[in-house]
Order: sequence, then structure tokens, then C-alpha cells
Amino acid sequence: MKKVKADPKGVLTGSHYLDGDFAIAEGALAAGCRFFAGYPITPSTETAERFSERIPKVGGIFIQMEDELASMATLIGAVWGGQKAMSVTSGPGFSLMMENIGLAVMMEVPVVLANVQRGGPSTGLPTLTAQQDIMQARWGSHGDYEIIAICPDSPQECFDLTIEAFNLSEIYRVPTLIMTDECIGHMHEKVVIPPAKEIELVERKWYQGPKDQYLPYKPDKDGIPFMVKAGDGYRFHTTGLTHDYRGYPEINAEWQDQNVRHLVDKIKNNADKIIKIEEDETDNAEVVVISFGITSRIAIKAVQEARKTGIKVGNIRLITIWPFPEKRIGELAGKTKVFIVPEINYGQIVLEVERCVAGKAHVISIPHLGGGVHNPDDIFNTIKEAVK
Amino acid sequence: MNNEEQFEKVKNPIEDFLRMDRIPHIWCSGCGIGTVVTSFVEAIKKSKIDLDKLVVVSGIGCTGRVSGYLKLDSFHTTHGRAIPFATGLKLSNPELKVVVFSGDGDIAGIGGNHLIHAARRNIDIMVICVNNFNYAMTGGQVAATTPTGANASTAPYGNYEYSFSLPYIVEAAGASYVARWTALHLRRVTKSIQEAFKKRGFSFIEVITPCVTLYARRNRLGQGLNLLKYYYDNSDIQHGANTKEIDIKFQGKLIVGKFVDKEKPTYLDCMNEHFSKVIGDRYQLYGRR
Repeated sequence: MKKVKADPKGVLTGSHYLDGDFAIAEGALAAGCRFFAGYPITPSTETAERFSERIPKVGGIFIQMEDELASMATLIGAVWGGQKAMSVTSGPGFSLMMENIGLAVMMEVPVVLANVQRGGPSTGLPTLTAQQDIMQARWGSHGDYEIIAICPDSPQECFDLTIEAFNLSEIYRVPTLIMTDECIGHMHEKVVIPPAKEIELVERKWYQGPKDQYLPYKPDKDGIPFMVKAGDGYRFHTTGLTHDYRGYPEINAEWQDQNVRHLVDKIKNNADKIIKIEEDETDNAEVVVISFGITSRIAIKAVQEARKTGIKVGNIRLITIWPFPEKRIGELAGKTKVFIVPEINYGQIVLEVERCVAGKAHVISIPHLGGGVHNPDDIFNTIKEAVK
Repeated sequence: MNNEEQFEKVKNPIEDFLRMDRIPHIWCSGCGIGTVVTSFVEAIKKSKIDLDKLVVVSGIGCTGRVSGYLKLDSFHTTHGRAIPFATGLKLSNPELKVVVFSGDGDIAGIGGNHLIHAARRNIDIMVICVNNFNYAMTGGQVAATTPTGANASTAPYGNYEYSFSLPYIVEAAGASYVARWTALHLRRVTKSIQEAFKKRGFSFIEVITPCVTLYARRNRLGQGLNLLKYYYDNSDIQHGANTKEIDIKFQGKLIVGKFVDKEKPTYLDCMNEHFSKVIGDRYQLYGRR
């Protein structure tokens, strides 16, 4: 993995007052993204607006496509053309992008997509928050696969984690999703953008060997194949079909097995390196609250209130939601009696927690169906009830 | 030397441009797609363009398999999305020559919206649309291009819908170059592709081709030769014809030719010119070395 410093041209070093959507655009520019293709959708549009304003002066492409199907396809083309590329969307657009997220997975294309979540199903709550696309992020496109998804809890993290998303997508050649939400997207806070020389970026895993020996899908020692770009004389082929190391279609069970295992294992086997969680006072905790994104900012209030009353409450904030930190949750399950999972949906991540806990502890879901955030009292009261 | 040995010794004239390790191809005998591929390769040879910079993008379907057989940087993408994929390649790396090679169902059916928007933006790519009047890969279903009255597996009593006239749509949407030929017009197709290689802007070449196994069989039109005979008897070359008046009736007259060939700034020309004007010296021209 070759590391390089950010190009100062795209880095707006300084202290700013930005909303989460703008911070995503700045994070992308700092990460060296010079290609944005998207379609306007509330509450994500500000990222596209910011990018369209900034990119002519930095040098690159902003193109507003005819829909999200086209946006995602255009990004994949742009990456094969040699660029770093991203888009941003929300619920209905996320659904349309699923088709070509699958293509990016199959072609092993590093690409970044932010979903500023709103309430659904369908058109739902265009202007109000939710965390309802968490399972869709994991399973939305057809077939077996793995992606990486991360959840910022502030505009500052929107900036930082967008850079992280680009780095992860390049390391693992996988679409990486930034699963934020309307609250974070429209929340204005201080965002500190460091000097370019302090921003470390991962360079694409470029192939260096002889041109006639390039195999686009032969995993390297670390499991990740090398990449080239179009126009460099490799005359390579790539397809959305099940394929061999040359990228040629292979319509049989053997290569299907190889393809799916490879796509899943390259993430699964590196889960420890990918996963980031924030954890405090989980040792000896009677109750552990697990949350992510905007909900973690409400949950911490309830956790603090409960601690004041003498309850031993641990707190976990999931920064990475996919791959899920199953190992750590499993470890804690032996020591903690109760897990409480507040989330702005009818219970999605709680299913993962239940899976990892595997009956060794009690798991309580606190759903909020969208359009607002939890009342900290609801979480506080649930904690109190749980230890009774 | 027996026939087999003799065959081994004879080199296919376009072999150097094909992934021979993928031959034999999947196309039926009598299919017109291979003919269009031959015309394409002939055009490459005559145009002397840099093969390293030539990229082919296909969607899904019988014609979608073209990208897998050409020994170029080649992308077999999702159904209908070859044009936006190609748009990404071209805009990300403007020195590439990007060709979309796909079928009518892919480009004008499921991908119809992308077709008109790429033409509207005058993206500098070439689209070769092989039109065999049906969804062939999935077994001969009715398409947006199936002539009214023709039979298809999902129009077993005949197609009662109106069909698309592709040159008309693409011209109306803003393409710089529009032509239509049949698989009989080998040299004309080659020439159109050569012209499109030189063209800056959105070029669209429709090639009507026989689908012997499905469309022709269902409609009792005979073998490949019968279809070529139909093209021979009914094609009328009318360069510059009004594209409003060239729609295709079932087994009717085929107006072919070059309908549109105009100079028009491309998407990147427009972008560079506009930003230079409104932003001034701080704007660096994109894609120019």
C-alpha cells in the first residue's frame, strides 16, 4: 500500500463553519477526488452544490446526470479512466444506485458514495432524518458480497471519514459508503481542515509488471488484485459476469465460488484492520449501549445520566457499521448482561447485535421510526429498567 | 493437408484485433453482429487510430458480448448503462477514444434515457447500435424497436405498439453525427465508423441486422440470406433524409444513409469555454495537455 500526501490544490486548510454535506464535499476534494457524478436529492444536494462550485477552480469534473442509475455507472467508468470518483444521494436515489453498486463490487472498483439518509419507504420523509438504509447498505444489490460502510456523527467526521472512505475503497478495491443522515448533513459545526501535508492518502494499487502478463482479477499476496486504467495499453477486459483472472466470463459453479469467496473474504479477512469503534467503560458494565451516527450523540447523554445514578453503563459508538464488529460484540456478550440498541429505524443493527450476542445476553431495541431523533430520556429509562 | 489442418493455417483477417482465446463466439450462424464487428475492425485499420487509446463499452445482450471479443480495453457493463459508463471514461480521461457497441434493447430500450442525454450533452463518444428488432439474448421478446405488426415471444399475437425511430430521436436530442445502415452495407458501415472516429461529438450509427434464430423464425422471414435479400431489395440510400420520415414498417422500406453530420462544440468544449469566460485565468482548461 503506497501512501502519498494530499494535493494542496483540493485542501481548504483552516477552521470552517460547515454543514455535514459541505464537509463531505471538502473531504472528497482533500482525498484527491476530482470526479463527481450525481443527481439532486434532498437532503444530500448540498454536497453536489459545493462540489460543483469548487471543482472548476481545483480542476476536475462535476456532472449532473439524468438519474442515479447513470450517476453510479458514470463513476465506475471514471474510475477505470484513472480518477477517484464519488457521488452522494439519499433513499430513493440509493435504491437506484444499487444496480451499479453491484457492478462496482463485481469489477472491484474503488468508489465512494455518501447516503444522507431520510425517512422511507419510497419518497417518505424527504426533509427529515432516519437511519433506515443500514441493511440496504449491506444487502441492497443482488448477490452475495461485502462492502464497507462508515457512519459519521458530526460535520468534522463527515470530512475525516470521507477521506478514510476513499482510502479504504482504494486499499480493498471496494465501494465504500458513508452512511450519514439528514441531521448530520444539515448540522453546522466547526470543521477543521488540516494542511495538505498532514492528510495521508492511499494510492491506487497500480500494476507495474509486463503489459502482456496483466491479470486484472488475480489476487495479489494481500488478496487484492492490481489495477490499471484504460488507455495505458493493457488491452484488458472486465465484466459484470462471473469471470476468471483475465476478466473473461466463466459461467460455471467453480468460478462463481471463486468470485464470491474472493469478494466476501477480502473484506471479512481484513475486518480487524477496517473496523473502527469508539468504546468507553465497557469493562465490567452491566449494560452496554450501542449506537451510531446522530443517535450516538443522543445516547451519550442518556449514558451519562445513568452513570450519575450509579449504573455501570458502557457505551459503544460504531464508526464502521459494515463489516460489523462481530468479534468485539461477541466478546462483550460473555461479560455484559444487557445490550441496548437505539437507532432511527424499526430495528436493523439490533439484529446484528442479537446475532453476535447469540443468546448470551439480553438485547433491547429502542426504535425510532424517523422524522426526528430519540429523546435521551427514552434511552435513560430503558437503561434503568434493564438493571432493575 | 486435410480440411482441419488447412483451417488451422488460415488466419482470420481480423484475428489480430480479436481475443482469439475467446473464440468461438456465442452468436448464431446468420446473425449480423459479427459482420458489424468486421466493419468496425476494418474502420480501425483504415483510421490508423492508436489502439491503446481505443476503448469499447458494451451493455447486456447479444451485441453486449462484442466488448469481450475485441482485443482492446473493453468493458462489459450493466444493462442499459453502457453510455453513462462510457461518459465516465471519456470525461475522466479525455484522450481516450470511446466507442459504445451494443444492441437496440440495451441502448434504446432500458438505456433510452441515457441515450438522449448523452446526445443532448454532445459527449464525444461513438455509439454503434446493432438493431435486430428484438431482445434476442433472452429469447426474442418484443422491443422498443420491434416494428408494429411483427411477432415476438412476448407479443405472440403481434406487436401493437408504435416503435422508436432511433435516428429521429438521436438527431432531435442533439447528436453531431447520425447514420443508419444494414448489415448488408458492410463498406458503408465501415465508412461511417471512419467518419465517426474523426468526428468530435456524439456520433450514432444504427445498423439493422438479421436475427435469424428468433425474429426471422417467429415472423417466417426465412434464413440470413433471405433477410439480406430483403435489405437489398428495400434499402434506399438517402443521405441527409429528414429523420422524421424514416421510421421502419414491418418488412417495409429501409431508408438508410448519413442523416446528420455537423460541427458542434462537445460537452468538454462547452465546459472549458464557459468556465474560461466566467472564471477567467484561475480556470485551467480540463483535458488539454
